[in-house]
Amino acid sequence: MTNPNNISLNISHALEFIDGHALNIPTLKILSEDGDILDGATAPDLNKETALRIYSTMRFIRLLDERMQAAQRQGRISFYMQCLGEEAAITASAAALKQEDMIMAQYREQAALHYRGFSLEQFMNQLFSNEKDLGKGRQMPVHYGSNELHYLTISSPLGTQIPQATGYAYGQKLKHIDAQSGELSSEIDNVTICYFGEGAASEGDFHAGLNMAAVHKAPVLFFARNNGYAISTPADEQFKGDGIASRGVGYGIKTIRVDGADTLAVYAATQKAREIAVTTGEPVLIESIAYRLGAHSTSDDPSGYRTKDEEAEFKSNCPVARFKAWLLKQGWLNEEEDEAQKDKIREEILAALKVAEKIQKPALEELVSDVYDTPIPALQKQYEELKEHIKQHPDAYPITAGRIK
Amino acid sequence: MAKMNMLHAINSALDITMAEHPQACIFGEDVGYFGGVFRATSGLQEKYGKHRVFNTPLTEQGILGFANGLAAFGAPALAEIQFADYIFPAFDQIVNESAKFRYRSGNEFNVGNLTIRTPYGGGIAGGLYHSQSPEAYFAHTPGLKLVVPRNPYQAKGLLRACIKDDNPVIFFEPKRLYRASTGEVPEGDYTIEIGKAEVVKEGKDVTVLAWGAQMEIIEQAASKAEEAGISCEIIDLRSILPWDAETIAKSVTKTGRLVISHEAPITNGFGAEIAATIQKECFLHLESPIERVCGLDTPYPLALEKEYVPDALKVFAAIKKSVEF
Repeated sequence: MTNPNNISLNISHALEFIDGHALNIPTLKILSEDGDILDGATAPDLNKETALRIYSTMRFIRLLDERMQAAQRQGRISFYMQCLGEEAAITASAAALKQEDMIMAQYREQAALHYRGFSLEQFMNQLFSNEKDLGKGRQMPVHYGSNELHYLTISSPLGTQIPQATGYAYGQKLKHIDAQSGELSSEIDNVTICYFGEGAASEGDFHAGLNMAAVHKAPVLFFARNNGYAISTPADEQFKGDGIASRGVGYGIKTIRVDGADTLAVYAATQKAREIAVTTGEPVLIESIAYRLGAHSTSDDPSGYRTKDEEAEFKSNCPVARFKAWLLKQGWLNEEEDEAQKDKIREEILAALKVAEKIQKPALEELVSDVYDTPIPALQKQYEELKEHIKQHPDAYPITAGRIK
Repeated sequence: MAKMNMLHAINSALDITMAEHPQACIFGEDVGYFGGVFRATSGLQEKYGKHRVFNTPLTEQGILGFANGLAAFGAPALAEIQFADYIFPAFDQIVNESAKFRYRSGNEFNVGNLTIRTPYGGGIAGGLYHSQSPEAYFAHTPGLKLVVPRNPYQAKGLLRACIKDDNPVIFFEPKRLYRASTGEVPEGDYTIEIGKAEVVKEGKDVTVLAWGAQMEIIEQAASKAEEAGISCEIIDLRSILPWDAETIAKSVTKTGRLVISHEAPITNGFGAEIAATIQKECFLHLESPIERVCGLDTPYPLALEKEYVPDALKVFAAIKKSVEF
């Protein structure tokens, strides 16, 4: 007889409760801090070209973050968020995917977007919300998105992308349905990866999204960036039990925990997770354990809630340096070239920043476009009235007045 | 043409959609083999399979989050919220996500394929949590469309229009009329334009306006008024966002009077928006203040439902008050 509760009952006569930490899920680590493969570990199949692309992405993001953090302090942009400390987790996981796989990120995953091919100019156009920004200057800095690169535009509300990723992945799977028989193919082309922090894992959307993915078998990779802090709230005030990974197990989802500062471990885990998703159509949860070395955002000051000693301890475990050490040992990278590259990138970033901040803001019509596919009558009327008002007072609206047709 | 009730008409619109697009999905609580608590999705799982017509876990925010993702992928997402009273856990996914998907991404992404169906309104002895009309909360959100049918013919044609519309739409179904309202409905496909009000009956003394289940009430009130020698122009708004201010203004310019009725509480109800707009558009043509006959500013009650709802007598009293001002 089938158990209607879908639980295999293991009857006991002892009155025992299971401890919240009972699972004690292990953490996959492959690379030592010095750049050696650890005893008993197996390096993933990572070729030189991909490895160097991962490294150059991490290096680029670090330099971009450094410069744009400073640009915010200079008042040139209104806001910024770095991915300092999590470069390996983001870049290596993105590198283990196919270009057409969907990325639904939270806000700190610019490295994944750059890995896909988002250019320095595109980053700058968004950060300066100029007329070349794909998002038409509507969202705060770092809310990137690109249809061409299969990277869903970032949304500020936390965790909302989690059930959306489940729905999107379900669509990717349903693409392979046989219209006649209603049967699904056993293999699918693409998956969706969904990044979120351990703080977002407290939102209702997290539980809704994981549960629906598990029950309806959506090929989504949930990538939890457990980086120790949700703004100023430390992880031990955020959740109990064995991390975020234990929740994946609770929802009946295949789960792995990795050292998020270990490029090879993240790459190996994501590669395997993707394989599981495309062959079974089911979700996988990856919990990356890393440390958010920077502030949450430019509006945050971590000195108010964590010590210099704590930061120093994690700074010594730099994910970029660890991967670089491995690349040097492989003979795939040399110090002199690396330093020269860094200087060149710094110059390019500065030049691009200067160009982007001079490009004009979006035209007035972008204020009302895209609310609907075409403006509804009430909005069209409001727009005409606004245009008339600006025409009569051009000096008060210098950004748009001169361009009104 | 066939005689159908509103549930059959809705089922027919969904059936056409499912046949038309191989990735269209219907999902929500109990919509699968059971066919929904009101049976609007009856027979569709048998016809289109469990991968495309399925029960979800009991999570409204999950249903709408999933729906947003599926629609962003490009598949028609036909999400059902079992009662409009339970749409609020999904409020963030609708108001912050569905409504803003296109705008915030510069149209890099959109969820135009999303249609949310939900039974709303009173008259079924449902009390607080099975009787609400939450349309005004959503009417304050740019990026959404809101549509309410009044009979089976409207239900099928408007629902098909909502599904074909390239914007996220909430389709509020007057559950009191699901089985009570029957009529001739074409078996094939047709649509009714969203954003257009319908002048149901022409008249010269006063314009009486409502939507959904309240239409039947204002028609009864208008009959009483006719007996008293008052000629009513009856208008069904049909679409709350966008709403057809032009048709209402044209009518009020002619009659000089307007009575608006809705079940939701009066304060900040959608009638307030209509009243504000029409007094601006028709200021010099108005013969009396715009009257609103609405629910009280209380939660929807159980035992005293008859006293609470705007019934035909209350609407008739408002019509007289307007004409005799």
